[in-house]
Amino acid sequence: MTSTVAAARKGASRTLTSTGGVRSMWGKLRSLGFLVFLWISLLVALITLVVLILDTIRTGATRLDTRLFTEYPSSRPAEAGARPAIIGSAWVIGATAALAIPLGVAAAVHLEEFANRHSKVNRYVEVLVQNLAAIPSIIYGMLALSTLALMGVSNKNIVIGGALALALLILPVIIISTREALRAVPREMRQGSLALGATDVQTVWRTTLPAAIPGIATGTILALSRALGEAAPLLLLGGLVFISFDPNGLLSGFTTMPIQIFGWTGNPQAEFHELAAAASIVLLVILLAMNGLAIAIRNRYQRRW
Amino acid sequence: MTTHPHAAAISVPSPARSATPLSTRPEIRTHTEVPDVPDPVIECEDLSVYYGDFKAVTDVSLAFGHNEITALIGPSGCGKSTLLRCLNRMNDLVDSARVEGSVRYWGQDMYAPDADAIEVRRRIGMVYQKPNPFPKSIYDNIAYGPRVTGMKVDSMDDHVEQALRDAALWDEVKDKLKQNAYGLSGGQQQRLCIARTIAVSPDVILMDEPCSALDPVATLRIEELMLQLRADYTIVIVTHNMQQAARVADRTAFFTAGVNEITGDRTGVLVEYDKTSRIFGNPANSRTEDYISGRFG
Repeated sequence: MTSTVAAARKGASRTLTSTGGVRSMWGKLRSLGFLVFLWISLLVALITLVVLILDTIRTGATRLDTRLFTEYPSSRPAEAGARPAIIGSAWVIGATAALAIPLGVAAAVHLEEFANRHSKVNRYVEVLVQNLAAIPSIIYGMLALSTLALMGVSNKNIVIGGALALALLILPVIIISTREALRAVPREMRQGSLALGATDVQTVWRTTLPAAIPGIATGTILALSRALGEAAPLLLLGGLVFISFDPNGLLSGFTTMPIQIFGWTGNPQAEFHELAAAASIVLLVILLAMNGLAIAIRNRYQRRW
Repeated sequence: MTTHPHAAAISVPSPARSATPLSTRPEIRTHTEVPDVPDPVIECEDLSVYYGDFKAVTDVSLAFGHNEITALIGPSGCGKSTLLRCLNRMNDLVDSARVEGSVRYWGQDMYAPDADAIEVRRRIGMVYQKPNPFPKSIYDNIAYGPRVTGMKVDSMDDHVEQALRDAALWDEVKDKLKQNAYGLSGGQQQRLCIARTIAVSPDVILMDEPCSALDPVATLRIEELMLQLRADYTIVIVTHNMQQAARVADRTAFFTAGVNEITGDRTGVLVEYDKTSRIFGNPANSRTEDYISGRFG
């Protein structure tokens, strides 16, 4: 007995080649149009980026020399360099990492491994973390500013202040990427550990976290590279200052590369614009290297569980 | 690899038979020395398991004999794996899971308020369906259990070697102990998981379809290994493969799913529990007879 579904097949054509006609012509045109639109979008983005980079390199190449790394800022562009800004960036990012990574990873471990998923409070926390990631960076600058003010700190342009603002800024990103990395560790692995008589805490320390480290590292490096390029929250803390010494501690005054670039761009002399471009190239190279490292880690440790 | 006297008695399913596995009654491998009544290591009494409101297994009373292999067989969804996970409190990890009745380990209630699930799992190990080695070296996989449980071993190297020997894996991996366990074949990974379990010196080893992800040769090696381990451990195995149950188990419990006519929920019930030779030779219950002869399931 033939079913009605199978019977319906009888009438259907078995030709696989296009039958032509107006409808298919239109279809082809539409998909072609869409493809062209996609290509143009891609081209616009790509051309903008390439022009920007080429222009920066052309402008800054002449000043991309050792003086940029060894000299302090000066009112005479020929003698000026970005040494304190580069060292300041290193200090601020280092302190940011020290603040944000342990906190972010610990928060993510709690949310992913220990918190009761069904509790209302935890679901609110989850939504909150998602939203925190979308808050403009300057708000975090204001938060750090008022925190320092409440603590009675008068000079707010200190490394730990900047690190506080940037750590708050990237904390949600670290939490979210760490949670994703933890979630990617198969349940069987946790069960294997627990079935051997390991406790929850041992399982997290010895199995789940080590297995998630590549993912955590990738997310963290990307978050730090975002913090490295950030200027707004630091400007709010008074980061746009003339620093003629090497920042040397958490309470030291500082400036960072994005702020230095911003400062130089505001000067009328063209020579300062060249300096800004040269510093931009350095910043760009560092950021590309960090992102490259993140990608390398991801590819190297990509697991096929 | 060392072969055990039992190993020779294992029959390899011939291709003709495996092509139509359900049409023929599985061949029985009899352990002559099986006592009539099991000397119980673990005893379930009126055990029911719930996931929320859903009753997954109902009123199971079963005793798992000391140094015996007990197989749990039955169609999919009959609660065999659920029951197995209750035997070392791995079901605790499922938020909504709840147990009624009692499970006793050498007479002590393992769900008593003062019973510690971690202690239970140190004595009752588990091997899973899919090999789940840790992404660490072979050595560290084995040493993991002794390290986390704070086991006192004279020499970890010797301990690792012994566990790997007991799991019939030593000769294959002795030159690459520092290599990642993921480089091993599926069958080797599963034997590594067994070695890892042995390394914490458990009393009982639970196996949840340990061969379903393996090819026939690897399956046979695991079965040989189970027969060797039987001398020192009590083994409970869930299997979909009736030939496997017939080949390795001393006793077999047949489960099926009863359907609630109102809610449509499928709840596992124990139909028959007896020596493997009885279950596959002359079952008392007609549903068992239908299942093992392939008329139902």
